[in-house]
Amino acid sequence: MKRNKINERLVEILLRVSASASVLAIIIITFFIFYKGIPLLAKVGIIDFLFNLNWNPTKGSFGIGAMVIGSLAVTLSSLIWSVPLGIMTAILMAEIAPPKFSGILSRLVELLAGIPSVVYGFFGLIVIVPMIRNYLGGVGLSVLAGAIVLGIMILPTIINISRDAINAVPEEYKVNSLALGATHYQSISRVILPAARSGIITAIVLGLGRAIGETMAVLMVTGNSAVIPDSLLSPVRTMTSNIVLEMGYAAGDHQAALFATGTVLFVFIVILNLAVSISMKAGTEDGN
Amino acid sequence: MKIKLKSEEVKVFYKDFQALHGIDIDIYENRVTALIGPSGCGKSTFLRTINRLNELIQGTKTEGRIYLDQKDIYSAEIDVVALRKKVGMVFQKPSVFPMSIYENVAYGPKIHGIKNKAQLDSIVEKSLIAANLWQEVKERVHKPAAGLSGGQQQRLVIARVLAVEPEVILMDEPASALDPISTSKLEELIGELKKNYTIVIVTHNMQQAARVSDYTGFFLNGELIEYSKTKELFVNPRDKRTEDYITGRFG
Ligand SMILES: Nc1ncnc2c1ncn2[C@@H]1O[C@H](COP(=O)(O)OP(=O)(O)OP(=O)(O)O)[C@@H](O)[C@H]1O
Ligand SMILES: [Mg+2]
Repeated sequence: MKRNKINERLVEILLRVSASASVLAIIIITFFIFYKGIPLLAKVGIIDFLFNLNWNPTKGSFGIGAMVIGSLAVTLSSLIWSVPLGIMTAILMAEIAPPKFSGILSRLVELLAGIPSVVYGFFGLIVIVPMIRNYLGGVGLSVLAGAIVLGIMILPTIINISRDAINAVPEEYKVNSLALGATHYQSISRVILPAARSGIITAIVLGLGRAIGETMAVLMVTGNSAVIPDSLLSPVRTMTSNIVLEMGYAAGDHQAALFATGTVLFVFIVILNLAVSISMKAGTEDGN
Repeated sequence: MKIKLKSEEVKVFYKDFQALHGIDIDIYENRVTALIGPSGCGKSTFLRTINRLNELIQGTKTEGRIYLDQKDIYSAEIDVVALRKKVGMVFQKPSVFPMSIYENVAYGPKIHGIKNKAQLDSIVEKSLIAANLWQEVKERVHKPAAGLSGGQQQRLVIARVLAVEPEVILMDEPASALDPISTSKLEELIGELKKNYTIVIVTHNMQQAARVSDYTGFFLNGELIEYSKTKELFVNPRDKRTEDYITGRFG
């Protein structure tokens, strides 16, 4: 009896210590990024930093506009194809395919999620980039290559979360809809998907977050020139790539500018996470 | 009196388990038919054979014939969607869709191709009036249906079924989750609906069966033991087992 009590107490302390350690780590990292980045942001001005297209850090011009556009271009063009594909796959797995087939598909998706990003990048570089160069023109290292590789990488996030959201819709909705004379497809599109809406939005936003933060694979296939892309076939540089490419030799204000880029990314991800919690909350409210 | 529904030798199997052992019953048009019997005797199973909802459960097999207006609903040329449009169902637990009251009622008409806004408005209003819900919700038809009380939700579900203009309404213990006031409102509603619809209702409540129904069938272990006019069945049961059940000696 008494030993049980002591054990319980020990477990509790252990849990508390680990929780505090992770919270502390997050706080320190956050603080550090802001501490290093904010002074330069203040000096250059946030608007100028974000929208100025001239990135020439060794000569004192710190505009990441081209990289902001680069990140958005690569991320949005990856979402454009992977979101519809991912949601349709989730519908297939949750509603249409026989359980056995869904199980196999589920394994494959897990596998996809477990591949390190450098492998995706390598695949992109060896397979996709030459294909773009040979069939579509340009150097191959491009927005398009990034969009293809990134899209594949975020598919598992979109599929898994959407599928869980669809599975969580009460079976009664479907039964009631069918009993009213709806077909299976009508039931999916008019009751099940709307009921799973907030979960699907969460899936998309998390996919977006993952896409915008991804570095290695994008770095390997997008060519990295810090100019505004004028087509899907032009090379681009994203914010994350920018940090990796220059952190080795950056010093002083240049280094601070990279931290400021990190700050921008950080704030962006925080906003996305907030959007997720709001959409999840909205979902629990208009459900039952 | 016209026979609306007729079942012959209906048997249902859940994998190896036989839930119904050959049900023969005639259900009359514009009458309320109650099905009673102890838990697990196959009442819901029988009800679901009438709108072919059993087919959704993996591993079920249905044998026998059910005629709706003399047409076998299990024959190959029957369109299940059209059948379910004609045979509506109200479940034990009201399950409103996570949308507005209006959208819930308009759901059926919309999937069956009605797009005209004025027409939908009038169907929604008519159905809610017929389900005795209009007075309570007319100010808030565009608010989420989840905000209604249990009894209101059950009437909303009935309005949703009425909006499809079925001919037969199946009700599976529709009052089991309702308080006495909602229950009596529902029973009143059933009395009104039978003017236009044929109703089959499963209930555990013997008084309710006696109050609302014209005919009653007693199920036991997957068989229809006795079927007759409600008065006769309750006052003068022919079978010993029926008598035991309605006098509360078992079940
Ligand atoms: N999906 C199913 N899979 C396997 N067996 C089932 C299934 N549904 C029902 N059964 C079985 O079939 C028999 C009849 O069930 P049914 O639900 O029709 O009974 P019921 O008369 O409606 O009971 P209750 O009054 O409790 O609702 C029961 O023995 C039940 O266990
Ligand atoms: Mg039942």
